[in-house]
Amino acid sequence: MSFNPPEVAWGAIAPVLVVLGAAVLGVLVEAFVPQKVRRWTQFGLTMAALAGAAVALAALWPDTAPSSGGGVVALGGSMVLDRPAVILQGALVMLGLLSVLVIADRTDAGQDAFAPAGAAVPGSDYERLATSRGLAQTEVYPLVLFALGGMMIFPATGDLLTLFVALEVLSLPLYLLTGLARRRRLLSQEASVKYFLLGAFASAVLLFGIALLYGYSGSVRLSEIATTVGGAAGVDPMLVAGLVMLMVGLLFKVGAVPFHSWTPDVYQGAPTPITGFMAACTKIAAFGALLRVVYVVAAPLQWDLMPLLWAVAAVTMVVGTVVALVQTDVKRLLAYSSIAHAGFVLVGVVALQQSGVSGVLFYLVAYGLATVGAFGIVTLVREVNEGPGGATVAEATALTQWTGLGRRHPLLAVTFTLFLLSFAGIPLTAGFIGKYAVFSAVVAGGQAWLAVLGVLASAAAVFFYVWIVVLMFFKDPEPGVAETTTVVRSEGLTAVAVGIAAVGTVALGVLPSWLLDLLGNAAVFVR
Amino acid sequence: MPAQFPWLTTLIVVPLVGAALVWALPGAARRHARPVAVAVALLELVLGAVAAFSFDTASAGTQQLTETHAWIPSLGVSYAVGVNGVGLTLVLLSVLLTPLVLIAAWREHPDVHEDGLQVIGGSRIRTYTALVLVLEAFMVAVFSARDVFFFYVLFEAMLVPVYFMIGSFGGLQRRYAAIKFLIFSLAGGLVMLAGVITLYLHGPQGPQGFLIDNLVGHLDMSVTTQRLVFLAFFLAFAIKAPMWPVHTWLPDTAEAAPVGTSVLLVGVLDKVGTFGMLTLCLPLFPEASRWAAPVIIVLAVISILYGALLAIGQENLLRLIAYTSVSHFGFIVLGIFAFTSVSVQGASLYMLNHGLSTGALFLVAGFLIARSGSAKISDHGGLQKVVPVLAGTFLVAGLSALSLPGLSTFVSEFLVLVGTFGANKAAAVVAAVGVILAALYVLLTYQRAFTGPGREELSSLPDLSARERWVVGPLIAAMLVLGFFPAPALNLVRDPASVTLEHVGVADVAPTLASPSDDGSNQ
Repeated sequence: MSFNPPEVAWGAIAPVLVVLGAAVLGVLVEAFVPQKVRRWTQFGLTMAALAGAAVALAALWPDTAPSSGGGVVALGGSMVLDRPAVILQGALVMLGLLSVLVIADRTDAGQDAFAPAGAAVPGSDYERLATSRGLAQTEVYPLVLFALGGMMIFPATGDLLTLFVALEVLSLPLYLLTGLARRRRLLSQEASVKYFLLGAFASAVLLFGIALLYGYSGSVRLSEIATTVGGAAGVDPMLVAGLVMLMVGLLFKVGAVPFHSWTPDVYQGAPTPITGFMAACTKIAAFGALLRVVYVVAAPLQWDLMPLLWAVAAVTMVVGTVVALVQTDVKRLLAYSSIAHAGFVLVGVVALQQSGVSGVLFYLVAYGLATVGAFGIVTLVREVNEGPGGATVAEATALTQWTGLGRRHPLLAVTFTLFLLSFAGIPLTAGFIGKYAVFSAVVAGGQAWLAVLGVLASAAAVFFYVWIVVLMFFKDPEPGVAETTTVVRSEGLTAVAVGIAAVGTVALGVLPSWLLDLLGNAAVFVR
Repeated sequence: MPAQFPWLTTLIVVPLVGAALVWALPGAARRHARPVAVAVALLELVLGAVAAFSFDTASAGTQQLTETHAWIPSLGVSYAVGVNGVGLTLVLLSVLLTPLVLIAAWREHPDVHEDGLQVIGGSRIRTYTALVLVLEAFMVAVFSARDVFFFYVLFEAMLVPVYFMIGSFGGLQRRYAAIKFLIFSLAGGLVMLAGVITLYLHGPQGPQGFLIDNLVGHLDMSVTTQRLVFLAFFLAFAIKAPMWPVHTWLPDTAEAAPVGTSVLLVGVLDKVGTFGMLTLCLPLFPEASRWAAPVIIVLAVISILYGALLAIGQENLLRLIAYTSVSHFGFIVLGIFAFTSVSVQGASLYMLNHGLSTGALFLVAGFLIARSGSAKISDHGGLQKVVPVLAGTFLVAGLSALSLPGLSTFVSEFLVLVGTFGANKAAAVVAAVGVILAALYVLLTYQRAFTGPGREELSSLPDLSARERWVVGPLIAAMLVLGFFPAPALNLVRDPASVTLEHVGVADVAPTLASPSDDGSNQ
């Protein structure tokens, strides 16, 4: 009897392996590297891992050409590395890299955004001791890498069990990271618990959906489910119920209405660099998975399932926009705006057009860049304790505290305005091309009413984006408020990330052609 | 054909480079921001004049100085510029008004230090001039865009500099005005976006699917779709123009905006609305244009009367000018949708002349307000004797607003009315009432502000300085020249008018009145 080693396409899974491997290594670093050099070791390791993943993705790219079958099916079908998957992984790595820059940044007082000892009870002596000793929770880096690894697997899954495992791998570190904010720790821990409970609930729903789909088709492999769906006459209730529950799980992750209620609290409570990371990357990963499920499995069922998704898309755009109008906290505002954006992206998903896929991919990149940049800037705007020489403390997230920022810190305010304009979809920013791409796809797909609704929602959304601009530039700061808000001096890593995001936002707005062409050829899913 | 010099691209790039230059001036050189900006604007004016000389007036109906490059081929978008006669006049208007606005704002927008010290020529005016130059680039580009997507991008992107010009540099109500302006414009623009998308999908598509030339006559859409898309475009243009009942942003904006911004906004930018109707709505959607014309004519006539009536009742000089513009834009829209070659010519010419006359009015009003510190008409009186030159220029600008023969606006308003009379007598007759109302609002205002008993506190106001005379002088000269000798401008707009009407497919109605001597040969 001879032993047949399983065939593993190492090249195809190398990007994910590099990231997860580095995460494991990061855990070892925590154990063995002295505390003084730990932070830089972790930071260097993380950056190296992301660079390595980028190289591995570049090496994988030729294998996904249509001439070589459009992609690689790896690990016996558990992972499918086709062009959409590789592009999404590339976007994740790139935005992850920018996020890590923001995460790693420290103020001139040497404080990062995370609690010095996550396990300490807020306000306890132990916490004060940890702060005064200058401890740092460097586990953040491996946690981010684990989350990113899960996100990279998520849109590339070929079977539902891998999908579920990837979901958990990406979610669990995020639950933890959410609870690690240095300031307003109770808010942060509350957010963490909320996120965990609701997330666990969503996971359960998703798992139940997987079970139903298995019961229907006898397989968890997406391609085999698709074959069963294609060969079946009529609609099986088990199939529809299973798919709906599967989608509910995914829609929870993208923050679509009515599964959005965690978003504002979690975005507000989480450490801001993590909020940026989560808002940009989770959304990309989850939409990637949703695209694959919709296009590979659900496409033949469009008349049974699509009305549901149309409704979700429509309600998400409207609710996200309308509720954002009344927000008074910049993080909550961006959270609701991200809900609205989830609706816009869904519009591209339900178009069921090839141009819809490329539109969604472009939109996600544009949105991700602006999101990482915008939250990066939020990390820098801080409150100052009253009195001369007051120390900078928590982030100044109340919108009123941003009044007059444009007068005192014009460059920062102009950059933030740029991201807001991109969110609002003003031409010559990446956000406009993204909006145009998804709306034109859905019109081509015959659902013009969704585009009209989207356009109207965009018009309403302009109001709250512009309101921030008004506060920053046009309103004179009230006496007293001016001295309590400042832009903190940091090591500069955030500035680098924000700068890259800003340049990317403009570049993709003025010269989007290369990326659109790349994505236009990438819109085919391999089963 | 030898490669032509890219005039229009040059005209777009020069102000952008100038703006970057002004913005990037190092610390010590920052006080030279104003001269640098004015120099750039004057260079742009010279370039515009030279470009105009390479424009062949004999075939003004065709697009000239064209350049076409692929921009986003996968979306069907090209960077395509070119102008016909109408586009050229508006480009020239933009490059003429910009330096005047910059010179007029020479001593405005001082930096206010914390101790209340005002420093003229500081960093605020630097930002302002940079924004004006950026806006100039957008204005030139939007009037020369030959690609619907490119046009749309500019149509929207233009709002950003104007928004900052109003919100950062305006008067008391600037925040409210800036937001109202932006929301109105963007709402219209986003509705238009839905139209733009539909337009492409029903066109020939392909990498040049957004070129206007490729779309005109090749749209494969049902009558209903065409009408809906037409409405999407028209709404955006009507807000921009602005027409009753979507005009309400203009008076608020004009009241709060710095005067120079109003000159560019009302004098040039709002023309994008009527220009869009003329160059996009009519050729692209001929059937829908004919279908909607009766209603639009009614709205235009309402705009004429409503704008004029409200202007009479205004107490604020800037709001008054804004309402007169609502009235004038009514004439322009009326001329466009009357569908006679005379009325369309008149409307095209009106766009130029309104820019000159309203520009002059706003500028002189700005000089007056800067002196007296109040925009209220009743705060003035008897100023004729105190500041005779200011009063005289105001009177000339006002007379041009009421279309006195001999000034350029007379020609265009007359053409619009004559042309409309041939097609729609009722509309022409009612619109003519607007001319009488115009006399009322101009002369009454002049009477209240400049004649009568003088006011003690205003008795020592200085008259127009040399700088200010140089700002108003060219505009008045242009109005007089084009008033007595409109042929050069008429030659530019005549052919485009017939080309447009060919697209619409309406049999031209010759005017039933004798044409005035200065345009008697154009039929």
